[in-house]
Amino acid sequence: MVKLLRDYTLDLSISVQPGEIMALMGLNGSGKSTTLNIIAGLLQPDSATITLSGECLCRTDDGTDVPTEDRRIGYVLQNSSVFPHMTVRDNVAFGLRTRHLQRSVVTERVALWMDRMHISDLANVRAKNLSGGQKQRVALARALAIEPGLLMLDEPFAALDTESTQTVKDLTRRVVKDMQIPCILVTHRLSDSTEIGDRACVLCQGRKEWEGIPGEMPDLCSVCHCR
Amino acid sequence: MLPVEGDNLMVLKYSRSKNYRRNLTYLAAGILIAAVTLYLALPIVALFLRMTPDLFFATLHDPDVASALWLSLFTTGISLTVVILVGTPFAYFHSKYSYPGKVVVDTLIDLPLVLPPAVAGVALLVLYGRVGILGRYFNMFGISIAFTTLAVIMAQIFVASPFYLRQAKSLFEQLDPAYEQTARTLGASSLRTLVQVTIPMTATGLVSGAVMTFGRALGEFGATIMFAGNLPGVTQTMPLAVYVGMEGSNINAGLTISILLVIISFGIMIAVRLIQKREADRA
Repeated sequence: MVKLLRDYTLDLSISVQPGEIMALMGLNGSGKSTTLNIIAGLLQPDSATITLSGECLCRTDDGTDVPTEDRRIGYVLQNSSVFPHMTVRDNVAFGLRTRHLQRSVVTERVALWMDRMHISDLANVRAKNLSGGQKQRVALARALAIEPGLLMLDEPFAALDTESTQTVKDLTRRVVKDMQIPCILVTHRLSDSTEIGDRACVLCQGRKEWEGIPGEMPDLCSVCHCR
Repeated sequence: MLPVEGDNLMVLKYSRSKNYRRNLTYLAAGILIAAVTLYLALPIVALFLRMTPDLFFATLHDPDVASALWLSLFTTGISLTVVILVGTPFAYFHSKYSYPGKVVVDTLIDLPLVLPPAVAGVALLVLYGRVGILGRYFNMFGISIAFTTLAVIMAQIFVASPFYLRQAKSLFEQLDPAYEQTARTLGASSLRTLVQVTIPMTATGLVSGAVMTFGRALGEFGATIMFAGNLPGVTQTMPLAVYVGMEGSNINAGLTISILLVIISFGIMIAVRLIQKREADRA
């Protein structure tokens, strides 16, 4: 994908395998979130080819551009963005109701994902009253309930305490392996990528500077020569 | 070092002078606050003192008063409904998209707030009047707008809508786009996102804007008398009835409607305060 940004051009090619967690790393403003937004269809690229399980989501050459709402991507944005006016149950059910699934199917799948994310006891609590860790688990359950073809997490652990971070990391890793879906994790912390990432990719001013096994990754500042 | 008697005296004098100045400041502040409060409250109190409760309730049954009351409530209700139904999606699109001339539209939204209402009335008359720029064509099809109840509603919408539009625009601009983006990735259409996410998350502020719009439309006078005239039962709203009553034909009616408007205005202000307090508590 190529996108001309204010200070540099994002020019990137990545691929993620089913069941694999790829940590997309880089300093602030290196183009990590922009990459996710382009994949999700929230930002228009200048030039790109994006495919998911063989299905073309975006190809600027022939004008293919599947709308965001039809891309079947589970995307947890920064700060989780759970809808504060809804209960936990309604949050998890949101993506299922938009697809007009049968009520029994919605109920069953919401119960399943609330159970897997250990939030069943919070079902009727308004999301605005949840803690940071609880919100993140709700956001994860909501993104996974639609049975996405790709899971994207943008700094999911940034606002969490140590205990919540570990819980969400464990849940994420288990779910990605169980469901065998590709996952892109945006983070700027090396520990996140080494703990749950299978592969890491370091971005620097829109370009891939390093790719490999997270444990072998050198310090971010030494990889990124832009500063 | 032991304190010297002269030093103590100086400290005492300084302390007394400081207390004196502080007391003087309190006194000046008290007088100023009392003066401003009295200036604002006395006319309202005078209005209530001028009427006895018996006379007030008796005058409420006066046909002119009842007619003005119901006409005002009817037209204001319609105006508010139109402003909410059209203004909400308008403010949403206006806040979300950039388009040529957006700054001009922004200015036009604010213009009725500073434009003298009588001028707004004249402008509406020049456009929609029987020989107006558009009005003459409506007239050819037998459609007359000026000096009808529709003109009252149009004048109210023109003058009062900025209160809602400004509020809605600002709320939509301030809402974190991540909520709407999340809804889109979860399969929600733009309309569903607006109805189920954006509006509920800004509802308290929208209601506050709607209440202010209702209040402004209810008190509208200048544009209405210019564009809609002053026909009892057709275009004579409460403020116009006050004017007619106080001209000498029915002073009690004028006073009764004035008191009613004061009560409604107080209700509106209390409602807005409660809504704002609720919003602050939520945050």
